[in-house]
Amino acid sequence: MAHDTSYTDQDFKIVGSRPPRPDGIDKVTGRARYGADVSAPGQLVGRVLRSPHAHAKIRKIDTSRAQKLKGVKAVITSKDLPDLTEGNRGNYDILENCMAREHALYDGHAVAAVAAVDEQTARKALKLIKVDYKVLPHVTDVDAAMQDDAPVVQPHIQHDGKPSNICNVSQFGHGDVEAGFAQADVIVEKTYKTEQTHQGYIEPHACLASVGPDGQGELWVTTQGHFTVRNLCASLLGMDIAKLKVTSSEIGGGFGGKTHIWTEPLALALSRKANLPVKLVMSREDVFKGSGPTCSTSMDIKIGAKKDGTVTAASATLRYHAGPHPGPWGMLGGMTAWACYDFENVQSIAYDVLVNRPKVAAYRAPSAPMAAFGVESTMDLVAEAIGMDPVDFRIKNAAKEGTRASYGPTYGPIGIGPTLEAVKNHPHMRARLGKNQGRGMACGFWFNFGGQTCTDLNIGVDGSVNLTVGTVDVGGARASMSLIAAEELGIPYDQVKCNVGDTASLGHNDTTEGSRGTFSSGMATIFAARNAIEEMKARAAKTWEIDIEDIEWRDGAAHAMGMQHSNLAPLSLAEIAGASPGTGGPIAGHNEVVADGAGVSFASHICDVEVDPETGATRVIRYTVVQDAGKAIHPDYVEGQFQGGAAQGIGWALNEEYVYGEDGCLQNPSFLDYRIPVCSDLPFIDTEILEIPNPNHPYGIRGVGETSIVPPLAAIGNAVSSAVGVRLDHTPMSPPRVLKAIKEKQAGG
Amino acid sequence: MSAVQVSTTVNGDAIDFVCQPTETLLDVLRNRLGLIGSKEGCGTGDCGACSVTVDGQLVCSCLVLGAEAEGRKIGTVEGLADGDKLHPLQKQFIDNAALQCGVCTPGFLVAAKALLDRNPNPTEQEIRYALAGNLCRCTGYDKIVRAVNAAARDVRKQQARKKR
Ligand code: FES
Ligand code: FES
Repeated sequence: MAHDTSYTDQDFKIVGSRPPRPDGIDKVTGRARYGADVSAPGQLVGRVLRSPHAHAKIRKIDTSRAQKLKGVKAVITSKDLPDLTEGNRGNYDILENCMAREHALYDGHAVAAVAAVDEQTARKALKLIKVDYKVLPHVTDVDAAMQDDAPVVQPHIQHDGKPSNICNVSQFGHGDVEAGFAQADVIVEKTYKTEQTHQGYIEPHACLASVGPDGQGELWVTTQGHFTVRNLCASLLGMDIAKLKVTSSEIGGGFGGKTHIWTEPLALALSRKANLPVKLVMSREDVFKGSGPTCSTSMDIKIGAKKDGTVTAASATLRYHAGPHPGPWGMLGGMTAWACYDFENVQSIAYDVLVNRPKVAAYRAPSAPMAAFGVESTMDLVAEAIGMDPVDFRIKNAAKEGTRASYGPTYGPIGIGPTLEAVKNHPHMRARLGKNQGRGMACGFWFNFGGQTCTDLNIGVDGSVNLTVGTVDVGGARASMSLIAAEELGIPYDQVKCNVGDTASLGHNDTTEGSRGTFSSGMATIFAARNAIEEMKARAAKTWEIDIEDIEWRDGAAHAMGMQHSNLAPLSLAEIAGASPGTGGPIAGHNEVVADGAGVSFASHICDVEVDPETGATRVIRYTVVQDAGKAIHPDYVEGQFQGGAAQGIGWALNEEYVYGEDGCLQNPSFLDYRIPVCSDLPFIDTEILEIPNPNHPYGIRGVGETSIVPPLAAIGNAVSSAVGVRLDHTPMSPPRVLKAIKEKQAGG
Repeated sequence: MSAVQVSTTVNGDAIDFVCQPTETLLDVLRNRLGLIGSKEGCGTGDCGACSVTVDGQLVCSCLVLGAEAEGRKIGTVEGLADGDKLHPLQKQFIDNAALQCGVCTPGFLVAAKALLDRNPNPTEQEIRYALAGNLCRCTGYDKIVRAVNAAARDVRKQQARKKR
């Protein structure tokens, strides 16, 4: 049934309040069960052997000694994962990434796996597996990989008629940039680089797999998308989708990195071979080397403007590494690069490039932060060149309702202008700066997604309500969903209990990515509740023996309307539920939807830093996030998303970096050497939520989870550059890089 | 290698267990005693998700051997609440939305409790440095620091009441 999804501007009773989350007690007492927290009787320990080479041909794998070790119950290689992908190249790439076939494609690529009775035995078994590698030339740098003489990562990929690492070129924009640049008074052109970072979720990937010889299986796994995990694992392993039940555990952070499958098919294959349950938990080193970090990039950004601040043309050439398999990452960079602005002549050309690094996965607003680093840094340079305030310059060029976005669509009501006005008027902008301090600001954009969603709402005979959603709860979503259900039904928040359903209890739900959770499950929850209300009205009609048309639902009860029914006292949800066994049985609401029209989201951030000129170390001393959230269902968790994204962006800007050696091997696969921000690194992060309703959602919800990571790289870049008086063009702006920039400036006078 | 037998106290209860000499206290807690509240984020002492106290001292249980628990008093997140009464830190973490995914939360609670036990009136900076060994990737620490600050206030009130 099609529903009207338009925004209705209703008055909310409880949406927008801040009640405690339903999973709070479990999580503060240690009871909540994450990926590694469940066990099965007789379970084995799974471990993965990984390639020590960046690129190598696998001549032979001898597992015989490992197999003979006492306590080893299964050893698998790619032979145990035959290619069932029937020409589906995307699935073949996934299969090849989960377990190397003829070639190891990066340092950390899985080549074999074992299941044994305990950890020690499993480790010993890995040492007994002999892999005969022929080491091949490798390439890990995105610019080097685009050279004609670069080692080719995937020989079947062609560009300009010959094997190449360039796997995708995309182009966006409109107008005539050459003509636009010709009209400019000032043109700034600059090249930037950003290094590869990891999502850094604290919980490593973990799963418990159990498959029997009858082809039925269960998988408990920490993931953002258990339905996707089910579909992919079943198809790679030749199982029926319906026979694999996947349950998503509590998830200890994902940020895009848990939208994919890594060791899950290996755990299932091991379990199938051993005919026993297998628990497979990645070590932190495995996570860094063998999951899906984000891209490194290099880019050329060019902006031309008139003296009055009108941008006449803008162009970007973006180069994103994808890992050993093609991905959409450069394309997403190209789409997001100019999305904040209303430019007449604009273009972006984006390259996706293969390198010998782990397969890239999404990381919070994937690809947008890097492009924003280049664009927003250059915007500041142009503002400086024409002598205009950087906020005013952005306000003058900001996209608005009716603007044709550089990536195609025409915007509805959007928040970039209002976030910029809020920044302009924010007290943060007027605070005094001290010595060695600098201030920067920057803007960011993310699309937000909707997608396939399915939700169940069951009413218990006591009137309490079970809401079952299929998107996972990455940071308080069950509280938001409960608020929405309670709002619709007109009952207290505590009367609703929200669960995340497993794949056997609910129809398909797309992965919880693209900030779609609250938008799409929120929409399905609204319609499931309305569906249940219709049924409750029918039951009341039956009880009262009146027409359903004469019944209205309000304040959690059925009300009979009209003078002729004034003798009928309202029937509450609990009363209708209590009578349900005699009025037609259980009462449930249900909704399946492909949620369209996720509203785009914009943010503007302000940042103050202090740079130590002796060491080049940067400290963030004040940070403010302004973002359009659409309707904020549970403001605490909206603020939390703003703050968390900003903190990740700060880490990316200042510290975090995958460091590869000459040998193509990762040199810093630990939290000691890959340093994410700690509590003492950061100030409080101020937030300002703007609520510009999304016209395509009954409550006006937009996604909120991702945009907050987009501006920080550039905001910090602008702040550091202003503190030290020289432009920083390479993230992370780590102490050695900042020091080098200061020294070069001094040397150059 | 033969297993060792260990007698210890966990959250006030006398416990005996047997473990391998190479096994970490974290593995013992999680795999042998079923206390899954302590998490493994790294196994190398870098994330604090496995924080417990040994004789009141805050440690990373992934860096302590199970055998070292002999004769000691171990405190874990499971021991924070008093029956059905949450510790003020637990309550304030929920009320201040100081957790998103919550996987870091047990470690933060144990570390914050160790801080408040020795200093019930910490400054913001003292809180930030005391928690610098615990990684959180979701929150940016803002609401965590606020929650610890609010809990410190509650703890001081409790202490004042007890004195009266
Ligand atoms: S698991 Fe012990 S410090 Fe990370
Ligand atoms: S709440 Fe997720 S890591 Fe802290």
